[in-house]
Amino acid sequence: MTRAASSAAPVQPGESGLTGAAVNSTPGRGRFDRFPFNRLPFIGRQRWHLLTRRDKFILSLMVGLPLVIDVALIWGSAIVDFLWSFTDWQGNGAMAGGGVGHRLVGLTNYMQLFDGTYPFFWSAVLHNLFWLAFLMFIATPIGILMAVILDGQIKGMAFYRTVFYLPVVLSLALIGIIWQLQYAPDWGRGFINGVLHTVGYADPNLFGLHVNFIKDIPLVGQWFRDVSRTDWVGGDLAIIPTVIAASWRHVGYICILYLAGLKSFDPALREAAAIDGANSRQTFFQVVFPVMKPINIVIVVITAIEAFRAFDLVYIINYGRSPMELLSTLITNNAISESTRIGFGSAIAVILTLISLIPIVGFLTVTMREEKE
Amino acid sequence: MDGQVTRREVLKKGLIGAAGLTVLPTVIAACSSSATPSPTTTTPTVGPVATPVTGPTPTPGLSGKVTVGSNLSDAVPKTALAGAMAVFQALNPGVTVSINTVDHTTFQNQISSYLAATPEDVITWFSGFRMRAFVDQGLFTAIDDVWASGLAALYTDAYKTACTANDGKLYMVPFDTYAWTVYYVPSLWQAKGYSIPKTLDDLKTLAAKMQTDGLVPIGLGDKDGWPAMGHFDIIDLRENGYQFHVDLMAGKEKWTDPKVVDVFTVWKGLLPYYQTGAAGRLWQDAAAGLVAKTTGMMLQPQVVQTFQAAGAAALADLDFFPWPNHGTQYDAEAALDAPIDGYMLTAKSPNLTADETNAKALLAFLGQGSTQVIYAGGDTSLIATANNADTSKYTPLQKKQAEIIASAKKLTQFLDRDTNPGFSGPNGMQGFLIDFLSNPNQDLPTFLAKIQKFWDSLGS
Repeated sequence: MTRAASSAAPVQPGESGLTGAAVNSTPGRGRFDRFPFNRLPFIGRQRWHLLTRRDKFILSLMVGLPLVIDVALIWGSAIVDFLWSFTDWQGNGAMAGGGVGHRLVGLTNYMQLFDGTYPFFWSAVLHNLFWLAFLMFIATPIGILMAVILDGQIKGMAFYRTVFYLPVVLSLALIGIIWQLQYAPDWGRGFINGVLHTVGYADPNLFGLHVNFIKDIPLVGQWFRDVSRTDWVGGDLAIIPTVIAASWRHVGYICILYLAGLKSFDPALREAAAIDGANSRQTFFQVVFPVMKPINIVIVVITAIEAFRAFDLVYIINYGRSPMELLSTLITNNAISESTRIGFGSAIAVILTLISLIPIVGFLTVTMREEKE
Repeated sequence: MDGQVTRREVLKKGLIGAAGLTVLPTVIAACSSSATPSPTTTTPTVGPVATPVTGPTPTPGLSGKVTVGSNLSDAVPKTALAGAMAVFQALNPGVTVSINTVDHTTFQNQISSYLAATPEDVITWFSGFRMRAFVDQGLFTAIDDVWASGLAALYTDAYKTACTANDGKLYMVPFDTYAWTVYYVPSLWQAKGYSIPKTLDDLKTLAAKMQTDGLVPIGLGDKDGWPAMGHFDIIDLRENGYQFHVDLMAGKEKWTDPKVVDVFTVWKGLLPYYQTGAAGRLWQDAAAGLVAKTTGMMLQPQVVQTFQAAGAAALADLDFFPWPNHGTQYDAEAALDAPIDGYMLTAKSPNLTADETNAKALLAFLGQGSTQVIYAGGDTSLIATANNADTSKYTPLQKKQAEIIASAKKLTQFLDRDTNPGFSGPNGMQGFLIDFLSNPNQDLPTFLAKIQKFWDSLGS
């Protein structure tokens, strides 16, 4: 088992494709990792070089160019954003002095967020956390389940795969429009309410059960009070139908990622498990899932990133207007909207970055520690 | 292994990069907004609307080009503007006019970065606080010379005031206006025996009757966030008068004032008659309820556009009345929201130096009643602003709008045009009002204290 698991692990250190290719381009020197360069002979004053000048040039170009772009566009912006968060700059006029409303305000922006002066901040934080929990514990497991089912020998596999992957190919803008048509409150426009109206579902009398108490459940009850007239993406709970729409896409995304992992899974392991008498559930949880650990980690990190950068769908549905605000839409609506509170919006962006770092750094630490051991 | 980049380091870097991705949406958005959002450039062609023009005369020797940034993305006003521009083009064959039309709400949301980056020479914009705020930031060019060259005589003082910024200079050419009134379908009302309510109590009685008749009494679609603001405006104007309303918008009065509590209390009394699910519905869909005769009435401007799209028969069966009296001393003001849309000369347009003469000629042209009538003929939901506009071709509804606006002693722009844009946005007043509509039974003083606290934090 242990031996098999390690053989299934990805590329081993020392077999890295990059170094191999670089060395092979210099003929007659053999493989880098076998070269005894700690006992490298010195001939006169001339030192042996592993890389030609051309190699060095290409390598530095390949590393340097992305680095410059990365620093300029990501780190540069992030640092500027961080600095702005201590000002009340309104986005016009020179950065250093002279700009309209460009004053250092210290931590005021952050104070206004945390003490509830800006009441939309905490609800946005809650919405983002809900979004994360929903994707992590509902959408992602469904995606994995789909992948496992699709991995089996089913007739018409290609068709099912296309069906599940289709939402991922669609742009989120299109997904937003599709789901708005599902959720619109009026019968003529909204599919869900239209169907409820057509089948005459006016009271929550599901299957003859009298379940009117549903109407009195706090919060959720509002969806059942005036069935077939429910304002799905308008009420206090609008975030729930919206995250369901987002999950529609997320499930397909996770499904394809996991399916790719399953395809590279060593069938011998599965056979071994079958010989040992494991049923399919045991095979998955005790053999497949542990071996798929690298993919699992990627999926968890991707889900976390997806949850915190969620933006498009909400913005398309109602511009992130309360009560559907997310941190990302608050940033947009403050920093690059008509309100031009760039300093304030930057403070929210800084907080969003810090929050996003928590799950990512956490998983990185765990992964690296285990890898070391 | 020494000297090699380990897999771990690569992974570490990659994930830090991924963390950076969370900032990326901001960056991407910032980049895309500095460019003009999803532009659809159209060069107007001379269409059937090119009727003989008597007002403006061609300025001899004009040549070059002028660019126009337009938020008139709906089909009806877009075509109407193209018609007016075609006339300008015909009068000044040497000048090429290109219109860049951007989705209405996108235009509004990105106005600030658009004006600060590379805007078109002339743009559509709104009067009031929203004009002054951007003038204060140096993003518009004063056009007193355009006003001096013949426009001044065409406008009342109310318009001049609305186009004047804090520095006392004129920055806008008013183009069109429209009134916030209550629309209804007369044939439905006749069939049911309803009559136009004169007082707030009449309105409530009527609404209750509509409810028993199986109608939605008061239609509302607040998906865009702003329609509910008009409801607040009119109730505040009737309850507390023009001066209080304007002072409240400017921050001179407090939201925690008992007078504001009173406004929300009155509004709460009307909410049982409102269409449910307002927050997720477009106002156009709410207006479709009027067309379908399932909704009794609706406080909203420009409903004509929806009826126009529904056909001539529907359009002929539409009327409106001003919001009823509340039995206060302020009824006599007959105040209402009548927002003025106009055209302004930007300051940061890259072609401004080259295009300035053409742009000013275009602005002067747009300020003429004869031009505005071409536009108002295409979009009959609004009316011209210049007093030399030939109103003989107005539809009956346009004539009525003009009368109601003329008879109002006080006119306001609109909640989000009369106050700080940072205050009125999607995560500001729009959000607060949706919260109120969803939870009208919450403690009003607490609710209003939140609003006041937010206003104070803006530091304006």
